[in-house]
Amino acid sequence: MEYILDPGKIGAPLAELLNFLPSWVVYLFFAVLGAGLVIGFITVCLLIEMYAERKVIGRMQVRYGPNRVGWHGVLQPVADAIKIMTKESFVPTGADKFVFNLAPVISFAPAVAVFAVFPFTPSLVFADLNIGVLYFIAISSLGVIGCVMAGWSSNNKYSLLGAMRSVAQMVSYEVPLVLSLLGVLIIAGTMQMGKIVEGQTIPYIVLQPLGFLIYVIAAVSETGRSPFDLLEAESELVAGFHTEYSGMKFAVFYLAEYTHMLAVAVIGATIFLAGWQGPILPPWMWFIGKVAVMFFLFLWLRATLPRFRVDQLMGFGWKFLLPVALANVFVTALIVLLVSGQA
Amino acid sequence: MSNAGVTIAFYVLAVVVLGSTISVVTVRNVFHAALYLVLSFIGVAGLYITLSADFVAAVQILIYAGAVAILFVFAVMLTHGPEQASQNNRLRAPAFFVAALLFATLAMVMVNTTWSVNMIDAPVTDTPTKIAELLLGSRNAAGELLSSGFVLPFEVASVLLLAAMVGAIVVARED
Repeated sequence: MEYILDPGKIGAPLAELLNFLPSWVVYLFFAVLGAGLVIGFITVCLLIEMYAERKVIGRMQVRYGPNRVGWHGVLQPVADAIKIMTKESFVPTGADKFVFNLAPVISFAPAVAVFAVFPFTPSLVFADLNIGVLYFIAISSLGVIGCVMAGWSSNNKYSLLGAMRSVAQMVSYEVPLVLSLLGVLIIAGTMQMGKIVEGQTIPYIVLQPLGFLIYVIAAVSETGRSPFDLLEAESELVAGFHTEYSGMKFAVFYLAEYTHMLAVAVIGATIFLAGWQGPILPPWMWFIGKVAVMFFLFLWLRATLPRFRVDQLMGFGWKFLLPVALANVFVTALIVLLVSGQA
Repeated sequence: MSNAGVTIAFYVLAVVVLGSTISVVTVRNVFHAALYLVLSFIGVAGLYITLSADFVAAVQILIYAGAVAILFVFAVMLTHGPEQASQNNRLRAPAFFVAALLFATLAMVMVNTTWSVNMIDAPVTDTPTKIAELLLGSRNAAGELLSSGFVLPFEVASVLLLAAMVGAIVVARED
């Protein structure tokens, strides 16, 4: 938060203007403004994501995708939103009503909260914590509680099975995800997102190609998307943990998934692709462009690969991805030690 | 952050932590108890933040709310849905006895420790550095590694955990 108020940062002129107010009012104002901006950013991105996903995957499967609502179907997400908000929202018999209604919120909140530490441009970071990466990992590990609550409270065997699978999958793939980021942290020597971007004169994807691959695989799995979408494998589980959800409550789960995907795309772009750094174009354009590349990569994977089988998924995570990630960390640490001459 | 803000945050968090922790032991529904436990862990992480221990707070959320509590919840999910989650047994008296014993021990330790409060605004060493120093002892002397720091106890703990894990796999194997 102090980051916005610092001189030279984006909020500094506005802070100057509000100087006559007591400091806690200014602080509160900027806190609310920052939260509003983050949520606005996420909302716009979600609309674009939903349209892009359907259109891009349509193209990859040699069909048109949505093209009825508005010019080339651009108003399709808006139409979807209106449709889903007018749907009936019900709670199944025998469900634990309180937990059932709380679950979508619990699953959405962590996905939004991680956006606080992302460096959008050099001067626009809402809270450049010195434990930025750890904050991201810690907060995103809470998302799974929402799924579990949904699966258990629905009083439906498919929901319960879906939730169990999702816990097993997310806990398994969290380990390689963290280890893949660890390689970068060893090189960067800091967990502060802003400094990690500043330190990338060479993007870390060049120094950590294996780390990047592991990150992409683990990140796709963490967000529960194809080819790792076993938690909602419709041929086996109807729709997984959100089988019993309808209307706006379902929409919140859906939005949580997309927000989470946006978050892992931003982390990938920031940590491996040097974030806002780049020649000629302004930083925010580089940032948006790199996030878009990461997002396109996720769509490409979804359109190309069939779904894993559940035992293959676990075997791949524990027997292949984890050892490779550990070896990557080991080799990186060794090279950093040798280069810095401390060994 | 101003002092008043920290004080207000402390009282709000204290209410959340105490309320949720009492709920953990009083609610009949085991799944609800596990969820209250998560809330209590997150509240404690909040208390760490008011103490400017951001690293500890993040680790608290990652390990306790993100991993330990998830394991509890996972086990509780075997209760087959909301209708059978309320459990009863006759262990109230022994449980009370053990809890009282634990409370007495903790209280005794707390009362008998001399708490040195450092009120000087000196620059605080960040937690990762401190942990590294404690684990590895003084940084330069490689020979002192095992003698001065806590590397040996740390490794022993790791071996113990590994043994427990192997044991669990052996017990869980079908053949």
